[in-house]
Amino acid sequence: MTAPDWDQQMRSRLARGEESALGELYDQLSPLVHGLAGRILADESAAAQLTREVFGHLWAHPEEFDPTERSLRSWIGELTHQRAVQRLRRGALDAEEISERVATAQVQYVVAALPPTLRQTIETAWSDGRTYQETARQLGISEQVAKQRLRLGLQLLASELEFGS
Amino acid sequence: MTELEHEALRGLLGAWALRACLSDEAGELERHFDVCPDCAEEGARLRHAAARLSTDDPLDRPDGLRQQVLDFCLARRAPELPLAPWVGPYAAETAKLDALLRDLGRSEWQESVELPWHGGVLRRNPAAVLCHLAAVDGLLAVALGLPDPVEPAGSAAPADPHGPVDPFPRVPAQARSSADPWDHLLERSDLLAEARSDLSPDAVRTLWRQQSLAVIRTVQPGSSALVRYGPGAELPVRDAFVDRAFECWIHGEDVARAVDYPYAGPAPQHLRQMVDLAARMLPTVLAGLRTAAYAGAGGRPQPAARLLKLVIEGPAAGEWLIPLDAERRPEPDPNPDPNPDPELVAELVMDGIEFCQLAAAHRDPERLPVGEYGDRAAIREVLTAVPLLSRP
Repeated sequence: MTAPDWDQQMRSRLARGEESALGELYDQLSPLVHGLAGRILADESAAAQLTREVFGHLWAHPEEFDPTERSLRSWIGELTHQRAVQRLRRGALDAEEISERVATAQVQYVVAALPPTLRQTIETAWSDGRTYQETARQLGISEQVAKQRLRLGLQLLASELEFGS
Repeated sequence: MTELEHEALRGLLGAWALRACLSDEAGELERHFDVCPDCAEEGARLRHAAARLSTDDPLDRPDGLRQQVLDFCLARRAPELPLAPWVGPYAAETAKLDALLRDLGRSEWQESVELPWHGGVLRRNPAAVLCHLAAVDGLLAVALGLPDPVEPAGSAAPADPHGPVDPFPRVPAQARSSADPWDHLLERSDLLAEARSDLSPDAVRTLWRQQSLAVIRTVQPGSSALVRYGPGAELPVRDAFVDRAFECWIHGEDVARAVDYPYAGPAPQHLRQMVDLAARMLPTVLAGLRTAAYAGAGGRPQPAARLLKLVIEGPAAGEWLIPLDAERRPEPDPNPDPNPDPELVAELVMDGIEFCQLAAAHRDPERLPVGEYGDRAAIREVLTAVPLLSRP
């Protein structure tokens, strides 16, 4: 199933109130939501609480997500980002600390919203310190495709970050 | 430099920015920057973007978070199509194993995983462990009307095209009465592992995961389907889901041990269902043991019906009364003894995780810390019987 099909189907299943869809949603997107929340809030229990809130919101209001407009990953990433920043602003942190954390988290959120193949290739090369040749073998793609994806992914990342800051 | 050579160098920019190319390639590209301002500019821009990728690992998700989030959501909006409570353990355990597998690197997929059971230790790589899980989960799929992964539709040709597919078509009839029904399960597992041996580990993982999600999505809370594990071995679908969750947890932990990753136990309410299933299956195993022990010895004097109280401590705390002398009579006894009052002869106290580990033959019954009160022989009998619940 392609990512947009998955998004579309997930939205209808959530709207129908299928409990099995809620579990699948959590399994697919909790690394993103909890990871972002943790990075911005830097506090385990606050991150867990925000994760509950974000999934609770989507489960209660699936109609707010429009699959024709954007991907579910990017929608839920933005929701998490927004809420985490709101929560941070209610706290006693100074403005500089807040903007620093938000900037770090922004990268993660932008990466999360990249097309899945580009994201996976960048993550494989970057987080595991692999060469593009090793990355290609790991993912079962040609070296040419690995190089292309790394370049295209970073180009998108650069534009998003320049646009966003 | 030809246009083609230039293209080849430009193609390296992303890999270079991520420091993901070989050093001679990087050197060549960097020398090219001196003469090509376009490539130099893009290189700088991409490296700047790459520098913002974070290296720190995000927080690990705490073990209980999945259940917490789901409970929170369900309290906020009741599901119109709820899952049966007995599907919960399977949904959670398959999700946990999937999360572990997504983190495995290429070399970790080559590790040999030890799968102990009471008959010995099997060794398989993680992909073959997944095929084993998928092959047995496939029996659940078949019972729910989904395709059998081992014998996909068409190849099995059931007599009644609308009836359930026979999950054991290749097993010769005489073998079907064999005393060891687990041979069939292993045969299915090996067939599936062979069929999927050319696939990448990620593809094997995806197929296993798609099947587990499909059975979760398909099963109705009121389902009365029977799952055929083998000739004469059937479980109601609600027990089969708990059984599959149990095996998924145990083999997930086997894989985690092989690759040296931590692996959490089941949530308390899920663990409780697993303990309950094992406790309910114990009397049959006990009866089998007794039959074996006294065969040819002229039988033993039938004692009063003894009961053992199993007290589980820890998060899945609870108590179960285990009848120790339940008989497996093929036919009702024409002259039944006047039913003696069951007598509580012993109490066995142990932790829920340890009890399940023992039921998976992952613990030595002689070395398990347990609380024992009353008839020691009865307690030994039970501790010996529990590991016999395990399968390969």
